[in-house]
Amino acid sequence: MEQSVPTHREQTLLPEGMRGVVADFSSDQRAFKTASWGKAMMWIFLLSDTFVFGCFLIAYMTARISTPVPWPNPSEVFALHIGGQDVPLILIAIMTFVLISSSGTMAMAVNFGYRRERRITAALMLATALLGAMFVGMQAFEWTKLISEGVRPWENPWGAAQFGSSFFMITGFHGTHVTIGVIFLLIVARKVWRGDFDTERRGFFTSRKGHYESVEIMGLYWHFVDLVWVFIFAFFYLW
Amino acid sequence: MSEMTAHTQTAQQHHPIRLYLLVWGLLFVLSAFSYMVDYIGIQGYLRWSLILLFMMLKAGLIVAVFMHMAWERLALVYAILLPPAAVLAFTALMVSEANHTILTRLAFFGTAP
Repeated sequence: MEQSVPTHREQTLLPEGMRGVVADFSSDQRAFKTASWGKAMMWIFLLSDTFVFGCFLIAYMTARISTPVPWPNPSEVFALHIGGQDVPLILIAIMTFVLISSSGTMAMAVNFGYRRERRITAALMLATALLGAMFVGMQAFEWTKLISEGVRPWENPWGAAQFGSSFFMITGFHGTHVTIGVIFLLIVARKVWRGDFDTERRGFFTSRKGHYESVEIMGLYWHFVDLVWVFIFAFFYLW
Repeated sequence: MSEMTAHTQTAQQHHPIRLYLLVWGLLFVLSAFSYMVDYIGIQGYLRWSLILLFMMLKAGLIVAVFMHMAWERLALVYAILLPPAAVLAFTALMVSEANHTILTRLAFFGTAP
């Protein structure tokens, strides 16, 4: 992360507004003056991921508009039978709250990381990972329930066949992202707990000095997973 | 020189915890509102506009505060937030394409496939 600290001359004065945009992009060496390369690269990766999920949602939209068969009502499909009555979408709502809570704990972890309180940071990251694992668990439950009710990528008992393929594709890809996020959270949390970012211990893979910015970059990924869920929740479950 | 700001080191994203808790709470409330739209059973244009409104507010809060976009320099903000507009253009294309497909299907196969 040595490169992330701007040179003394860069620290002086940077123009703001549109003038700043032009100055940054036309400048030497680096366009993103205050974001380290690690953060900029994570953002660019997330942008590419935006296109991946964007294409999935567009494919779902296209299938849903163009089929003459009625689309299954997600409100009824995802209802759970609780206390003698069907509560619509309740599991999805709980999943949403769990994921938002995990985003909250992640944001706090980033904050405490920059305060160099490594134990609290690690604990908050573990809480984030736990909530993420809960989310994946509930998704597994949801998949099991739907599969047992006869939903397949090529058919389902309620209407348009594309419902199954869209559902498994979109939620499956999102669940995979959450799972990868949980694994990386555990890896970074271990580093925080061990004090790698206080001692600037070099990473086993990149041999670069450890820095608390890694927690923030991890956080970017995690918040993105939450962000994608916001769109899936709106377009797939509520529409 | 009033348009200039001084930057010390890489902008370390350090903000009061109260702000994060506030956004956390707002996300909970907005999610509850989204859920209520379905629970109450609002239909039609009101349903869609409410869903989109709550969705955009939640997405905005997450990107701006949790992901710290509000404090990044505009060069990064534009580099990341403008390209997704291409997704909107793609959406418009596919709406038109899908409408064509459904009309063709109805014209040639009747109401059922």
